[in-house]
Amino acid sequence: MSGPNTDYDPVEVTPLKPEEVEASRDAAIAAIAAAGDLDELKQVRIDHTGDRSPLALANREIGALPPQARKEAGQRIGQARGAVNKALAERQGVLEAEHEARMLVEETVDVTLPTDRRPAGARHPLTTGAELIADIFVSMGWEVAEGPVIEAEWLNFDALNLGPDHPARTMQDTFWTAPADNGIVLRTQTSPVQARTMLTRKPPIYVVCPGRVFRTDEYDATHSPMFHQVEGLAIDEGITMAHLRGTLDHFAAAMFGEGIRTRFRPSYFPFTEPSAEVDLVCFVCRGTGELDGATCRTCRGEAWIEWGGCGVVNPRVLTACGVDPERYTGFAFGMGIDRTLMVRHGIADLRALFEGDVRFTSAFGTEI
Amino acid sequence: MKAAASWIKEYVDLPADVTTERLTERLTDLGLKLEAIERAGDAITGPLVVGRVLTQEKEPQKNGKVINWCTVDVGAANGSGEPQGIVCGAHNFGPGDLVVVVLPGAVLPGDFAISARKTYGHLSAGMICSATELGLGEDPFGSGEDGIIVLPEGLAEPGESAFGLLGLDEEVIEFEINPDRAYALSLRGIAREAALAFDAPFRDPALRDLPSKAPAGHPVEIDDPEGCPVFVARTVTGFDPTAPTPGWMAQRLVQSGMRPISLAVDVTNYVMLELGRPIHGYDLDKLQGTVRVRRATEGEKLRTLDGTDRVLSSEDLVVTDDSGIIGLGGVMGGETTEMSATTTRVLIESAHWDARSMFRTGKRHKISSEAGKRNERGVDPTICEAAADRVVELLTTYGGATAEPGVTVVGQAPARAPITMSYDLPAKVMGADVPADVTLAHLEAVGCDLVKEDTVVLATPAPWRPDLNDPFDLVEEVARIVGYNEVPSVLPTPPAGRGLTRAQRLRRRVGRTLAGAGCVEVVSFPFIGEATFDALGLDADDPLRRTVHLANPMSAEEPSFTTTLLPGLIKAAARNLGRGASGVALFETGAVAFPSEHGPAPIYGVEARPSDAELETLFAALPHQPNHLGAVLAGERERSGWWGGGRPVAWADAVELVRRLAAELSVDVELTNTERAPWHPGRCAQVSVAGQVIGHAGELHPKVCQAFGLPARAAAVEIDLDALIAAAPATVRGPELSSFPVAKEDVALIVDADVPAAQVEAALREGAGELLESIRLFDVYTGEQVGEGHKSLAFALRFRAPDRTLTDEETSSARDAAVAAAADRLGATQR
Repeated sequence: MSGPNTDYDPVEVTPLKPEEVEASRDAAIAAIAAAGDLDELKQVRIDHTGDRSPLALANREIGALPPQARKEAGQRIGQARGAVNKALAERQGVLEAEHEARMLVEETVDVTLPTDRRPAGARHPLTTGAELIADIFVSMGWEVAEGPVIEAEWLNFDALNLGPDHPARTMQDTFWTAPADNGIVLRTQTSPVQARTMLTRKPPIYVVCPGRVFRTDEYDATHSPMFHQVEGLAIDEGITMAHLRGTLDHFAAAMFGEGIRTRFRPSYFPFTEPSAEVDLVCFVCRGTGELDGATCRTCRGEAWIEWGGCGVVNPRVLTACGVDPERYTGFAFGMGIDRTLMVRHGIADLRALFEGDVRFTSAFGTEI
Repeated sequence: MKAAASWIKEYVDLPADVTTERLTERLTDLGLKLEAIERAGDAITGPLVVGRVLTQEKEPQKNGKVINWCTVDVGAANGSGEPQGIVCGAHNFGPGDLVVVVLPGAVLPGDFAISARKTYGHLSAGMICSATELGLGEDPFGSGEDGIIVLPEGLAEPGESAFGLLGLDEEVIEFEINPDRAYALSLRGIAREAALAFDAPFRDPALRDLPSKAPAGHPVEIDDPEGCPVFVARTVTGFDPTAPTPGWMAQRLVQSGMRPISLAVDVTNYVMLELGRPIHGYDLDKLQGTVRVRRATEGEKLRTLDGTDRVLSSEDLVVTDDSGIIGLGGVMGGETTEMSATTTRVLIESAHWDARSMFRTGKRHKISSEAGKRNERGVDPTICEAAADRVVELLTTYGGATAEPGVTVVGQAPARAPITMSYDLPAKVMGADVPADVTLAHLEAVGCDLVKEDTVVLATPAPWRPDLNDPFDLVEEVARIVGYNEVPSVLPTPPAGRGLTRAQRLRRRVGRTLAGAGCVEVVSFPFIGEATFDALGLDADDPLRRTVHLANPMSAEEPSFTTTLLPGLIKAAARNLGRGASGVALFETGAVAFPSEHGPAPIYGVEARPSDAELETLFAALPHQPNHLGAVLAGERERSGWWGGGRPVAWADAVELVRRLAAELSVDVELTNTERAPWHPGRCAQVSVAGQVIGHAGELHPKVCQAFGLPARAAAVEIDLDALIAAAPATVRGPELSSFPVAKEDVALIVDADVPAAQVEAALREGAGELLESIRLFDVYTGEQVGEGHKSLAFALRFRAPDRTLTDEETSSARDAAVAAAADRLGATQR
């Protein structure tokens, strides 16, 4: 730095000449604009705004000016530096954005690569199917009742009005535990849970009972010694067949879709009177029996699908289970969960449910 | 039950516009469910006519075969009236026989087009037909081996259409009959329902003019009127055992699924189908003296007409004569009095039997027959005479027999008690508007005799309806006629429910947790046998071998209800790996069973609820059946891929599942090393909750893997799920979180190699005191630096205070206290 300018002549101080300042400013701005990346810009910053840059040097010369000249020179230099700094900041922003964009492009991966380091698990459709059914009823205020699979003969048969001579009580149909006269069977139906509920609770009773049951059927595409049922029982004052129809209509619609109706046909079950078979209108062809000009494969052209059995609880059952048949009436229904799933999901072979092949179970995911 | 539509219509005048479809629709609504409508002739078009064989020349062929060159008179059916020349390879007919001829231009089942063609040196213009070629399951006229249908003489004239004669224009309806509607196992019953369906006039085939009983027939005595309330006997003589069964009868039998055998047998079967009442015929020449009905004495023997020697029970009803037992009443006749090809004198038995006895005898001797099916479900006891008379009529008409004048009628049909029902019961049960007059009309329509009182009706059911016994039975009758589908659909309004129980909710959560951990759920059969226990390596006295045995298992190899879920899981895992899976993780929840000390389970009456004490006895007699949770992992646990290598299943994967479940249910489980089959003795964790052992987890024993074909190092878990869920806290207190800075300290401790890490951690935790926020073991080292028989365990400790930033002094003093506790208790030294 030079000493105080005693010999004042503004024209003599070259760096402060307006054209010099403007030239420095323009050179800086041009250099900034020319900087191709952040590193170049860093150098430009040093060259044009650093201590040894023309504008910095000029700024230092201001102090040497006589007071009356300082203001004008200060303003000029200040404006030039401001313009340079603004250009720098702008260029910095642009270059940073460009850099970031380039980096993100460079970091691109193939998102279609597999990510199945640990294969997914799945719950069994029989489990989730039973839960779906339970939820439909729980949402109506019903509860889910349970009972043991190895059951008292009296609860599985007698209490349900299946007398000692009922054909179902033979070794041909029922698994008996040894010795065969010990009064204990593998339950052939979930109905003993209904009996247990009536025996241990006071009406009103609204329960569904999903569970495993056993019959001595040969194991083939449509039969299994073990299968699953869900039964429902409503015991209350004034319960009628109309309530049974309403409940099953709601169940059918919730399970198979809005508009899926039921049909009742007279039938025979010892624990209900009147008794009915309940059919569903085929949810695939919606009761036309045809699909795309061919016979509907789901209902085999019959328009209806057999779904289960139901009826008004026989007063004898109420009596055996301690419910006053003069005061209360009830209805009961039951259907196969396995069969319901086979129909709903087009499962051709029942054995697929019991083989434990992960390819089968995994296919269901969270569908149910 | 199968019946031709035309046969049904013989007893009911249906409106002309009622199609078979409409008829079956209505009958289905009434409870006789349509199974199928068969139309045998649907697959045949074109001329199918009756022909008479005029000439038949046998012509041996070079290939050793003999063909018949026939001329057949087909009347005017061929347009010319000239005999038709036909080559036929079958031999069971001859000149003069009436046969069925299909003419050129016709199409037989299987799109088999018939044309005149040159064969064996003749122009064969058509075909002489067999039952098979026409798609008939059974030849209605029982022709010979080669199957050519030979029509009975006089049935038709040459040239007439054969469709009707063969029943090819018939619609045969198959019904599914519920066990309570035994009356519908007869044309009489089905026609009655058809009449009901269309409010059409019904002609009861059992209403007959019966001959006077005045001269008694063959002597009959009933010793057990409860078992056999009615016994009617008729006699015919001069029966021609060679007389053929008329074609129409044979045809109806075939349509109903019965095989024509001989006229005498066919007549009894026909009457059974027509009236629903089984009939038995005895060869009267083989019968000795009075026919008697009694119960058998235990151990008595009888050879039934199927040639089986049977040892009888004192519950069996038998028919005897002077020679001894000649039949199992109502179930099957004996061999000694069986009708044969030489029988000319027939004793006809039309008896009513106690249904329960019939059921028990049929079950005891494993005899199931069309007669037994009807007798054990209930037959109209009032038509014994009518049925016998109908048999007599048919045997005299078609078998040349003469009816003896005597009619034996012993006993009488039991009287029916009226059922009392209030008029409004049907409406109350159905939830529909059913006025009293509708109820009464419908009860009358199903044959009830009614006595009307102020608020109740006394209804005596018809004798053919043994299934109607109480008011709700009558409601069903009213309901099915009103129409089940006329009942409105109304949702009931239950009181507010409590939702799922806690155990139900937690079981769902357990399943989701395991699925989230990559396990797939399976459902296995719970049957097991000794071989499987052996393969699991269980000791001879292992409690798991104490099973609930089945009296009639599916397989002798698996005669028990299982005590462990592992075999089903292991087998499913092996199956998946065998089908190409590289790794498998399976789980199952389900009941296992352990025998009860108390038993047997009593059978109580049903007239009233058993007492609480009785119920307790009943429940206690049942096996203990806890829900278990099992899991088996084998093969790859993590796959290899672009990220690097995979990882095989290890013991830790099984233990991790337990820890994850415990965390999910907020249960503190304690793990300790133990030895338990079928696990690896050095790699089995015993899982306890509050000091109670609830299961095990770890690596399976190498021998078990080998026995079941699993890869080495497979791992498994089995725990008592009910016990785990019971240990879950009802509510969890929300933790208070400090936001002051954490202080971290790592310590490495050297301990004896057999000191469990869990004990070291517990000691550190206790020694560190309240400031310790968490502790985690992050390294295990064994090797030279820690010396033989030792290991180094490195723990990361995190300290934090709820109300301040901890000073260095506080932190290090807490750490030192932790280390001191480990040193004190387990001899740990800081590394």
